[in-house]
Amino acid sequence: MNALFTLAAIVAVISTTMVVTRTVAVHALLYLVVSLLAVATVFFTLGAAFAAALEVIIYAGAIMILFVFVVMMLNLDRDDADRENTWLTPRVWAGPALLSAVLAGELLYAGIAGHGTIVAAREVGPVQVGLALFGPYLLAVELASLLLLAGLISAYHLGRDSGRGG
Amino acid sequence: MTLGFGILEIVVSLAAMLSAAAGLTWVERRLLGFWQDRAGPNRVGPFGTLQAVADGVKLLFKQDWIPPFADRGVFILAPAAGMATVLLGFAVIPVTAGWSVAGHLNVGILFFLAMTSLGVYSVVLGGWASNNKFALLGGMRAAAQMVSYEVFMGLSLLGTVMLAHSFSLVDIVMAQGRMWFIVPQFLGFVTFLLAGIAETHRLPFDLPEGENELGAGFHTEYSGMKFGMFFIAEYAGIVLIASMITTLFLGGWLGPVLPPVVWFLLKTGLTICFFILLRAALPRPRYDQLMMFGWKVLLPVCLLNVAVTGAAILLFSPTG
Repeated sequence: MNALFTLAAIVAVISTTMVVTRTVAVHALLYLVVSLLAVATVFFTLGAAFAAALEVIIYAGAIMILFVFVVMMLNLDRDDADRENTWLTPRVWAGPALLSAVLAGELLYAGIAGHGTIVAAREVGPVQVGLALFGPYLLAVELASLLLLAGLISAYHLGRDSGRGG
Repeated sequence: MTLGFGILEIVVSLAAMLSAAAGLTWVERRLLGFWQDRAGPNRVGPFGTLQAVADGVKLLFKQDWIPPFADRGVFILAPAAGMATVLLGFAVIPVTAGWSVAGHLNVGILFFLAMTSLGVYSVVLGGWASNNKFALLGGMRAAAQMVSYEVFMGLSLLGTVMLAHSFSLVDIVMAQGRMWFIVPQFLGFVTFLLAGIAETHRLPFDLPEGENELGAGFHTEYSGMKFGMFFIAEYAGIVLIASMITTLFLGGWLGPVLPPVVWFLLKTGLTICFFILLRAALPRPRYDQLMMFGWKVLLPVCLLNVAVTGAAILLFSPTG
């Protein structure tokens, strides 16, 4: 179980780095999909199979498809990739890389020294998730659904075809 | 279960699935011929049964050409992704109570939905990587169509999950001991069937390929075995959707007298024939009609089904 976790975590870190460094937008998105799948595997090894499945369905399977869809419509070509290349200078990435390195060091230290024990990996089934969502977290669920409804209505309003008397 | 047995099971399932998908190309053409009052392929082997082998040999010997203007890596990745996701989807299908790779997985249905939603990438990326206008249009149609119908596919299964109290496919089949779910969940069955056709982009919903307006759509630039993978993945997708319909709505392996495996194969086979009949009988809708039908008819029907099922369960449950 632990080996699976480590492997998936390494894949997630490498693919996320690739997302930042790719110049062709679709390639970057594909690495992001791999990264999300790796994170789903991490969830699964920690016992949260339900969260892992939702991660794949919603993030990798729906949201990223829409990203790919938009990038396809923009019809980027070689010039865009070259321009992207000129943007990624050490001046841009040095600062964030340094800060992330500090965090990565902390994480490694915590892992090796055994501080901050990892959450006890126990299986959380769909039933427990449902009970938690509609029990203690009911208010949050309702607020989230209101937010989504507002988003839906605004999107409908913006996309309305006013030319046909709508 | 030992590891060796598990691997053997996976290998046998994959081999059976791939040969079924390849054989299905012949079955479909023969049945279409029958319904359209013509012979269909009947020359290779007895009754033309070796037609699939001949087609496979032809595809293998064709030049495997990658257009110089294509995005090489993604172009190769796309058909492989389609094939892999469909085959992974079979992992959760329980053929019988004891024969399934992961039928007891407690998020079984969600795993299936995850694999179908990842399958969209093969079509979309195939269309994009070809760097061809027709292919790109096909890929974009596929993205919009499949993402939309995924929503209804998930929603149409909710009623079944509520009745069975489980996401695990083995539990869902066991819950159909008294009555197949096609009776109380008829709306769910119809919406799942429609969403399944749209997800496998089969006729009459094959707008990503729409040959009269897009050449061959997303796989215009593909030839040889890469096209073959798209082709076989589509047929494997039909087998997958038909097995899901059997498992979720037709009682899976349950049935009197005959052994469970026979019941499962019988139900799945008849469902596949129904898919082919739909292809033979129905014309292709326009693209905007397809999307409109999805969002304005199927979505309300699915939500209504969920609400009514929930109300009925609350009404008839002994605990009230």
